[in-house]
Amino acid sequence: MTTAVSFAKVSRHFGAVRAVDDVDLSIAEGEFFAMLGPSGSGKTTCLRLIAGFEQPTSGHIEIFGTTVEHVPPYRRNVNTVFQDYALFPHMNIIDNVAYGLMIRGMNKADRHAAANEALELVALPGYGERRPGQLSGGQRQRVALARALVNKPKVLLLDEPLGALDLKLREQMQEELKTLQRKLGITFVFVTHDQGEALSMADRVAVFNDGKIQQVGSPQDIYQRPQSRFVADFVGSSNVLEPDFVKQLTGKESFASLRPEAIRIVAADGHSATVTGNSYLGGNTRITLALGDIRISALIPADQNVPETGSTIQISWQESDLHLMEGAQ
Amino acid sequence: MTTSASPATTVQRESAVLPGQGGITGALSDKFWRNPKLLLILMLTPPALWLGIIYLGSLFALLAQSFFSIDEFSGMVQYELTLKTYGELFRPANLDIIIRTVSMAVIVTLAAACVAFPIGYFAARYARGKWKALFYIGVMLPLWSSYLVKVYAWKLILAKEGILTWIFTKLHLTWLLEAWLTIPIIGGYSLSVSYTGTFLVFLYVWLPFMVLPVQAALERVPGSFIEASGDLGATPGQTFRHVIFPLALPGIVAGSIFTFSLTLGDYIIPQIVGSSRLFIGQAVYAQQGTAGNIPLAAAFTVVPIVIMGFYLWGAKRMGAFDAL
Repeated sequence: MTTAVSFAKVSRHFGAVRAVDDVDLSIAEGEFFAMLGPSGSGKTTCLRLIAGFEQPTSGHIEIFGTTVEHVPPYRRNVNTVFQDYALFPHMNIIDNVAYGLMIRGMNKADRHAAANEALELVALPGYGERRPGQLSGGQRQRVALARALVNKPKVLLLDEPLGALDLKLREQMQEELKTLQRKLGITFVFVTHDQGEALSMADRVAVFNDGKIQQVGSPQDIYQRPQSRFVADFVGSSNVLEPDFVKQLTGKESFASLRPEAIRIVAADGHSATVTGNSYLGGNTRITLALGDIRISALIPADQNVPETGSTIQISWQESDLHLMEGAQ
Repeated sequence: MTTSASPATTVQRESAVLPGQGGITGALSDKFWRNPKLLLILMLTPPALWLGIIYLGSLFALLAQSFFSIDEFSGMVQYELTLKTYGELFRPANLDIIIRTVSMAVIVTLAAACVAFPIGYFAARYARGKWKALFYIGVMLPLWSSYLVKVYAWKLILAKEGILTWIFTKLHLTWLLEAWLTIPIIGGYSLSVSYTGTFLVFLYVWLPFMVLPVQAALERVPGSFIEASGDLGATPGQTFRHVIFPLALPGIVAGSIFTFSLTLGDYIIPQIVGSSRLFIGQAVYAQQGTAGNIPLAAAFTVVPIVIMGFYLWGAKRMGAFDAL
């Protein structure tokens, strides 16, 4: 499979701040790739390095085998959907969508036909005459998508495009983006701080922290087999167990992760724990537990009784749910 | 409802509503809160009276004068409605004054826009913190000193024996200055008595009025627009043409309203620096003062107003305000 984007030892420093620090990365053609991490973790800077808005301080970037250092954004066959959509307020929707084609010198009839086609693709036919200010957030988001896709980019970059939408719209757009990506076969690189979004949409996820990639893998890999405390904690809020406690359980001295939903309340023969609090999440209830001085959280499904705060219960889990993170600090 | 005692309930409160502040201010605050329109009326009445009666009223009284005429023998104003005075504007001597003033205003405005744009662009997109403060001081500082002092200072700078001539001599560019001054119309004996000099002083004095609105307009263009344009394949030149310039246009138009109308109405600068030929402002001054021809002075005053009206109408039709 062809490599769409590759980073080799790429760093981007802003003064003393290492926004991106020695990153190696390879994104395959046709892949839906998510960059996940908290704010300030370097994921957006990585996206901007691909788009060409930033130049690497050191390292080497290739897009489809071509070295792109010192190549300005306007000469890269890569398009971006911006976080704030960046639709031009002085143009109507059709001219916004046709902007890239107009710049390339396509005549008006052809570019408007292509733009209308793109608007149909994002389910906004007939909106061409309106102004960006007259559309809702979700509609603007689709226009931004159409404006990027109409240029048939080799790689489409999406910078937290769903961040400003409400929950229901966001879930709907996740579905649509995924369908669209499968249909068009374009490589999508998606930046998000929402782990649910990354896990549900992407073929592969890279988890960023402090300018470095912590782990790259399939959503299942990242969720079930985190390789570091950070990944275990950030993705799915797993319980991270300290080495000395893990040693008591398994005999191996290493950090381990244990997902909250893997913990079961049992009648007897479990670890005894005190319930210290609970929060109702709708589909289930998250309770916090104290095992001696170790604090962990568990999810209780809606059809089970939630133990009262202050009571002592017995908990247990499958041996296989305890994931050892050997080498993690 | 039974609740367990929490620390918050230990603080005793007499009631859910706090007592009024008392006194006149307290009573007024309550009254205005219940009746916000009252406050609005109180705040708007004085400025509305000022604007409506003293400001616009006197302007219309002046404009009404332009529909009267002057008796050529007695020099007395005849209070009969007529368009005779407007007819006089089209006499060659008066038409010359109008064309001269409008041409100067157009050139000063275009030059101010060209000079102001890079300054405003730098201030809006790159200057931060200390540099931004320096920008504002740099642009506003000339406005803090007296206008007359600045104009006389320019007269000295532009004089035959002035510093500009000295600089040209030191740079061995005297020939360039001489060549410029031999150009008909814009040249002259020295810069201080040429239209070039008048132009330079106008440009200097009105420049802040162009820089500030242009900078404000550019400030409202998010960086992501410029990045998005580049991302979609536009070179920096194309981005300027299709995105930055159209979005800055309302600011340029706002600035040009200042530079254009201020140049149209000014009568000090062309009197101190430049050839002795009249501009509209000087004509108004001469007609209403020495000549005592108030109707003609009023008719001259109408000219810039009509020109500005057409200018704004044209700018709106060209879509200059679409980005607002």
